[in-house]
Amino acid sequence: MVQQIEPELIISGAGKGVLAVDARGLVKVFGDNRAVDGVDLSIPTGCIYALLGPNGAGKTTIINMLTTLLKPDGGSSKIFGHDVARETHVVRQLISVTGQSAAVDERLSATENLTIFGMLLGLSRAEASKRAEELLEEFGLEDAAKRTLDKFSGGMRRRLDLASSLILQAPLIFLDEPTSGLDPRTRLQMWDSIRRLVASGSTILLTTQYLDEADQLADRVAVIDRGRLVAEGTPRELKAAVGKATLRLQVTNADNTAEAARIAQEVLGVRASTPDTKVVTAPMADPERVTDLLDALRGAEIHLATVSVQEPTLDEVFMALTGDKQGGEKAGSIS
Amino acid sequence: MTFQIVPGVERKLKNRVSLRTTISNSLTMAYRNLLIIRRTPQQLFDVTIQPILFTLMFAFLFGGAISGSVTGYLPIIVPGILAQTALTASMATGVQLREDMDKGVFYRFKSMPIARIAPLTGPLIADLVRYTIATALTFVMGYLLGFRWVSAGGALLGGVLVVWASWCLSWIFACLGVVLKTAQTVQGIAAAILFPLGFLSGAFVPTSTLPGWLQDFVNINPLTYIVSAVRQLLNQGTIGNDFLLSLVESVAVVLVFAPLTLRMYMRKA
Repeated sequence: MVQQIEPELIISGAGKGVLAVDARGLVKVFGDNRAVDGVDLSIPTGCIYALLGPNGAGKTTIINMLTTLLKPDGGSSKIFGHDVARETHVVRQLISVTGQSAAVDERLSATENLTIFGMLLGLSRAEASKRAEELLEEFGLEDAAKRTLDKFSGGMRRRLDLASSLILQAPLIFLDEPTSGLDPRTRLQMWDSIRRLVASGSTILLTTQYLDEADQLADRVAVIDRGRLVAEGTPRELKAAVGKATLRLQVTNADNTAEAARIAQEVLGVRASTPDTKVVTAPMADPERVTDLLDALRGAEIHLATVSVQEPTLDEVFMALTGDKQGGEKAGSIS
Repeated sequence: MTFQIVPGVERKLKNRVSLRTTISNSLTMAYRNLLIIRRTPQQLFDVTIQPILFTLMFAFLFGGAISGSVTGYLPIIVPGILAQTALTASMATGVQLREDMDKGVFYRFKSMPIARIAPLTGPLIADLVRYTIATALTFVMGYLLGFRWVSAGGALLGGVLVVWASWCLSWIFACLGVVLKTAQTVQGIAAAILFPLGFLSGAFVPTSTLPGWLQDFVNINPLTYIVSAVRQLLNQGTIGNDFLLSLVESVAVVLVFAPLTLRMYMRKA
């Protein structure tokens, strides 16, 4: 999708296995608020990594510290092995940042914005305006290219903002809530863009409040709450760590539901429930016992329409991890 | 698989910005500011309206009282307006810098691999255009009202001195712009500096009419030297001590305020 200008930059994909981000004990204090309170992050090269958490959890502060925009009060971080505090300029050459507020100049046109960013990155005027044209076409903004941004919609601004970050595709791309405020269609387009960036060798660190976004897009997820990392892993690992999967049985005859629930309880040794007239569900602590249960049901001549296993949603994971203290409030802000 | 970018670990990168890149980045930023001026020409109000209005206003208001006639006052007031306009134009540089720094686009500049100083030097370079417009318009107004300078060379050098002095003084206001939190504060404090500096100088009246204590202040005011130097260039066509002194004073302003501004700016950048 993104074409690099310098041909010598086009070589194929070594460098996997090195950490794109290696942060140790990051701390940032604002007044008496420990906005980030000892966060470690190890992000392998070539993945999509999501920082998941509610508003005010400290996600943006973490991004700002990793992108040289904010000095940490404690801890250190490395980008591809380069210390963020000491090798600031090297780090800036390896990253691009798309923040929550569109970092483009309202008084200029889309073309002018992109051309200036390109020139600042070392392209000649001609190269920069050619690149601007390509990006505007790619992001469907070519019709609006000559207009100043104060006439742009919010979605157009965000697209231009992302385009501005991709003038030269950086090895590490930070996206702070890339899809917040986008309509569902634009959101899917953004996901596609992100996946293509990873396919061509970039590593992505994004923040999100949306659980399904982390679930569907990210290879690994770090759950952040009140400045701390409360869990880390693949979406599947996170779900496995918290919730047990649920066994769901649907009987053919509604008269058998109660009996099926009783048998399930007896065989599995857990509480079964009947959320629907023909449905029995039970937490699946030990998958081995499911065979016994199916045998027992056949013995009792209870016929099943479907048998399925439901994994817990990240939603449930999130609630379980970030706790009961603020549970109700959080439920609103992350839904 | 289509194309692949160079992996981060395989890139050979330097941790410092070369002088060439710094200059190139500053010029790109200046270009950006010129584009903004072209898109929002109302930014040029102060450097267009003020020279026209002030020259007319002061010439007819004070001309008779101070010099007996409008034409007689022009040799005094035209250099005065030149200096006064230079000062207000350089104040606007600081206010605009502050406004600019609060905009989202500065967030991007900060995370880009560019010279840290470029977002600061760019607008300062671009504003040379504003000072040139202000200076040229004042000359035109003076000419229309009947003012005649002795030599074209003297007038040209006088104009260059005014533009140069504006640029030097703009560092004072750039510094305020970087240190203070809002554009309104910059505006307020700059005005408090601007009025005494502008009016308590030789810009509008001959300094010999002032009480002694006020003359002391007027004599250390850099604007006084600039005004005298320009008067001498326009009215006698010669370069005098005041020319050298105004160069020394404006360079001194840069030597004090440029490093200070840079340091305050870098601390925030």
